[in-house]
Amino acid sequence: MWTTERIAALVQPGRVHRDAYTDPGIFDLEMERLFGRAWLLLGHDSQIPGAGDFVTTQMGRQPVLMVRRRDGGVAVLFNRCAHRGSTVCSAAKGTVTRFVCPYHGWTYGLDGALLAVPSPAGYPEDRNPQRRLGLAEVPRAEVYRGFVFASLAADGPSLRDFLGPLISSFDDLVDRAPDGEVEVAGGVSRHAYDGNWKFVLENHLDTIHPRYVHASSIAAANEQDDASPTDGAGEVGVRQMRQNGAPDDLWEGIGLWVAGGGHGYMADYHDDEKLVAASDDPVHTEYRKRMEAAYGPARAREILAVTRWNSIVFPNVSFMSQFGQLRIVRPLAAGRTVLDTYVFRLKGAPEAMFRRAVAFANVVNGTGSPVLTDDLEVYERLQAGLGADGNEWVDTGRGFGRDVRDGDNGLDRGGTGTSEIAVRNQFRAWAAYMTDADAGGMAVAAE
Amino acid sequence: MSGGVLPAAAFDRAAVEAFLIHEADLIDRRDFEAWLALYTDDCRYWVPLEEGQADPQHTVSLIYDDRKLLETRVRRLGHPRAHAQAPPSRTVHTVANIAVEPEPEDGRIVVRSNQIVAEYRQNRTRLFAGRCTHRLEPAGDGYRIALKRIDLIDSEGENRGIPIIL
Repeated sequence: MWTTERIAALVQPGRVHRDAYTDPGIFDLEMERLFGRAWLLLGHDSQIPGAGDFVTTQMGRQPVLMVRRRDGGVAVLFNRCAHRGSTVCSAAKGTVTRFVCPYHGWTYGLDGALLAVPSPAGYPEDRNPQRRLGLAEVPRAEVYRGFVFASLAADGPSLRDFLGPLISSFDDLVDRAPDGEVEVAGGVSRHAYDGNWKFVLENHLDTIHPRYVHASSIAAANEQDDASPTDGAGEVGVRQMRQNGAPDDLWEGIGLWVAGGGHGYMADYHDDEKLVAASDDPVHTEYRKRMEAAYGPARAREILAVTRWNSIVFPNVSFMSQFGQLRIVRPLAAGRTVLDTYVFRLKGAPEAMFRRAVAFANVVNGTGSPVLTDDLEVYERLQAGLGADGNEWVDTGRGFGRDVRDGDNGLDRGGTGTSEIAVRNQFRAWAAYMTDADAGGMAVAAE
Repeated sequence: MSGGVLPAAAFDRAAVEAFLIHEADLIDRRDFEAWLALYTDDCRYWVPLEEGQADPQHTVSLIYDDRKLLETRVRRLGHPRAHAQAPPSRTVHTVANIAVEPEPEDGRIVVRSNQIVAEYRQNRTRLFAGRCTHRLEPAGDGYRIALKRIDLIDSEGENRGIPIIL
């Protein structure tokens, strides 16, 4: 029995008990108290541009769909027939004029309203399903700059309060489009691992791991002959692999910021110089020109000066604006996780930038990537190793005691670029959700 | 072979089959250097995400390697800390339903086949089934590979990492 006291004791200063990653009872509670309450990102409204366009996904373990209504709004509905419970929609995406249950043909409109049932005369007048039933709406749904969020809880912080300072990471992504809009393009790929969902969120703000996890691809890329033929994809891939092998002082100099709710981001890692070979790169020059034309030189410089890399919105989003990448984390079990990965096109930017984003995605998200496969292997080894009884604790102590309050902007900063501040911060929010101490998990406190 | 007429013998199904079996054998014996040597300078080794995907530039892929990236991939597989292949997988490639297209593309012979790769590693066996497209360039008494495209039947599924050569 997981009492509040027992759950609270799992998260201690500088360490976390392995049950947080491995215990099926804890996973059930995570689905209820964390994924059942937090705002979860479901996707982007560019995936469903026209009326009837839909995408199916999950919130925690629950099947949901997001669909474009006829009035242009986005509805987030449970994918569950009001009659006997079948999902009404089995495709990952598509376009419908209405949802029809395969079992008895109950038919719903794009807003979830029940339009027709078979043999309606079979119901007594006061039991007519059309008067009472429909596809249930997920309690709360909101769109921020195209990003569709929903919460399974009727009450809780607003989306804006939930995102807090991390809202600026979404702004950073969208503002980089000369037309001020981004769209999901290039397909949605998936990968999975037999390990806990928290590993990937921790890993994306872990600045020590690259040189160890990616040692083989760093070495292979460093030895790569630059003169070998490439259509551009190899160029992007090899550069990113080499970047993982950056010297220690670069990693120590990185900025790691965390906010309430378990969110955080890293910055000062890449800048445009490193990303595009040289500032006189013709594609980037054209892009800067379009940005200046759209926003004016001063504002364009301000937008492009942001050097944020990975941003984490706890508990289900990891994204980065520089290459327009986003991953949605879907936990399936304590030891099984799926990631849906997206690439964004910056509307109004040169097409070559999108091709680079696709090439970058193949290296960081491709199921067969020489980089990603080593991350996934390590997540699975974590899950296997945590089965050992000899040591029940996971250490989160690097940089402990040196986190600093970063002014009054709601952010704490790691004392160094290799601090484990992000892991500690994620578990602070985790414990708050799981013990119900703070329904939004929004407290942030330097330690 | 740019634009020249391909010799009729290059379309010989038996010769093509022998070559595909040779390629598969090099992978299963983990002789990746020799496997890489089969590929042309302008080669592509491609595992698309979407069924019938037209283009590797505007849609993401599970794998999309040009020559430069393929060299890096093969070099990494020889590194002692390639964690996803330590210990290495054992694989068996089975190539079947081979058909040589009558018309070349870009001066290369187009070969379609079905491929099933069985992989064993860390007490688990996995299967990777897909349709393959090879573009082959006659070279000496064999061929070189300008394109190997593998359309896995579960490319859009929830797959664990694929650290092997398909």
